[in-house]
Amino acid sequence: MTASLNARNVTAALVAAGLLLLPLYTSASGNVFALTLFTRIVIFALAAVSLNLIMGYGGMMSFGHAAYLGIGGYAVGILAQEGVGSALIQWPMALAASALFALAVGALSLRTRGVYFIMITLAFAQMAYYVASGLARYGGDDGLTIYKRSDFGGLIDLSSRVQFYYLCLGCLFGGIYLVWRIVNSRFGMVVQGLRSNEQRMQAIGFPANRYRLVCFVIAGTMCGLAGALLANNTDFISPATMYWTRSGDLMVMVILGGMGSLFGPVIGTIAFLVLEEFLSQVTEYWALIMGPLLLLIVLFGRGGIDGLLGRLRRG
Amino acid sequence: MLLVVEQFLNGLQFGLLLFLLAAGLTLVFGIMDFVNLAHGSLYMMGAYFAATFVMWTGNFIIGVLLALGATLLLGIVLEFAALRHLYGRDHLDHVLATFGLILFFNDAVRLIWGPAGLTLPLPAWLTVPIAIMPGVYYPAYRLAIIVVALAVALMLYLVVMRTRVGMLIRAGASNREMIGALGVNIKLLYTLVFGLGAALAGLAGLMQAPILTVQIGMGENILILAFVIIVIGGIGSIRGAFLAAIFVGMIDTLGRAFLPDLLRQMLSSTAASTAAPALSSMLIYLLMAMVLVVRPEGLFPASRR
Repeated sequence: MTASLNARNVTAALVAAGLLLLPLYTSASGNVFALTLFTRIVIFALAAVSLNLIMGYGGMMSFGHAAYLGIGGYAVGILAQEGVGSALIQWPMALAASALFALAVGALSLRTRGVYFIMITLAFAQMAYYVASGLARYGGDDGLTIYKRSDFGGLIDLSSRVQFYYLCLGCLFGGIYLVWRIVNSRFGMVVQGLRSNEQRMQAIGFPANRYRLVCFVIAGTMCGLAGALLANNTDFISPATMYWTRSGDLMVMVILGGMGSLFGPVIGTIAFLVLEEFLSQVTEYWALIMGPLLLLIVLFGRGGIDGLLGRLRRG
Repeated sequence: MLLVVEQFLNGLQFGLLLFLLAAGLTLVFGIMDFVNLAHGSLYMMGAYFAATFVMWTGNFIIGVLLALGATLLLGIVLEFAALRHLYGRDHLDHVLATFGLILFFNDAVRLIWGPAGLTLPLPAWLTVPIAIMPGVYYPAYRLAIIVVALAVALMLYLVVMRTRVGMLIRAGASNREMIGALGVNIKLLYTLVFGLGAALAGLAGLMQAPILTVQIGMGENILILAFVIIVIGGIGSIRGAFLAAIFVGMIDTLGRAFLPDLLRQMLSSTAASTAAPALSSMLIYLLMAMVLVVRPEGLFPASRR
């Protein structure tokens, strides 16, 4: 992938630079709110990037991706509740739990295709939602307040807004780098080949579902990390994090930005969450505008924002 | 014994209600190949229309009929204005567009009717318990739901399998271009099918309304159940949807009613009372996962094109 000067790359570079420099602006202007908003955006962008790996590159339309957000978050919350505050235990547990769940869901779901796959991933996420609602010891329906953020032993202080923001941003850039490496590796080529023509790939001799499953687990694990960050950001985790509308939000972010584009999900997440924030300041009934807007985007704007930028270059 | 009969009937009633919702969904999916997440919103609108019209007219039957017509009209308008342009596109586009519609409808309802829920009071003649067996009484309204839903199911079967319109619908499902070339107005046909699906969803919503409260988001949980049903039954198959709906309604209702007692015999009572609600909510999803693992196309897959 050679870096060339086109609208798409310039936008990606500008957005990345903007995200890097944001704390400078907020500390200069004292606009703490922007930092809080963008911490949230960066975390969701990581989740969207992970969803894009399976949806955009792998062609696996998971409608239950928010489950990993919840599982990562609950791993942090439950361990914190039980008195285990160290991030060195909490975070690996969050990743392991999400990976395990993704392995189980993927192994069963990948037997199906198309709409059936959309629906079965949705069903598994709903199951996770109901399990979380049944955790009476950990707040049940009402959710679990996390009184102390993960402890990095003095290395990073998560209660500092700026440090936490840079941690999230580091995870996001790390995630994008990982996806970039995967997509351009032999493994990634196989997964993308499976999206285009499964029969041919199988005829060549690739075990289709094994490749897909590994990809599915990587994405789930990455989203689990986003979940751990999210729980630390809000100091709270509840079953609502896993509700199916949240999975829908994640899908919207990916599609809005442009599926199968490396940086697209980040732009999509920024667009979605900033728009939501903006509209909800204008009117209490922000969804009244957001809903039809989505419909219009689907009707007229194929390929999302990334596709728009790609067309810009060609004129 | 009394409890078993009552819960059994509750399960049947819930299953039939789910069928009305799932039938519209599976018709739209099977014939237009369109995934409609906003089907739950039409269910919600049916309930809100009914609560409003019954209050305005003061008559239950007239109000309900008006609400049914209003949902039908809403479905037709929706199809005509937006959704028909999405036929033939990727399923993901359908999911996204109708997800947007859900957001829209939820806020539209909040704007028009306010955030508090409504109630739909029943007329006196529907609240009396009826003796279905000597000594066993069952609410007349729930019986009425069973009767109406069964009648609608039968009618649906007759219309689709025994009339000319039904024949055209089936033909349109198997080959859209061919039936268009033969001079049938396929667009109109699709609009009608979508309207029919909307009316069925509205009917389910307004019949459920007096039992539960009419509130925002009421269509979302039940929509997921309807999706589970059409996936278990095989997408596009009305017969599959019917059987799967009854099955799911029974499992859900009986699970909620008897699982806590069952668990209490095996676990300590506190553990049972916390595990039972979660487990009974999960039961149908477990069932669906099992069905899909064994038969990835559902139990009664519609015949391949």
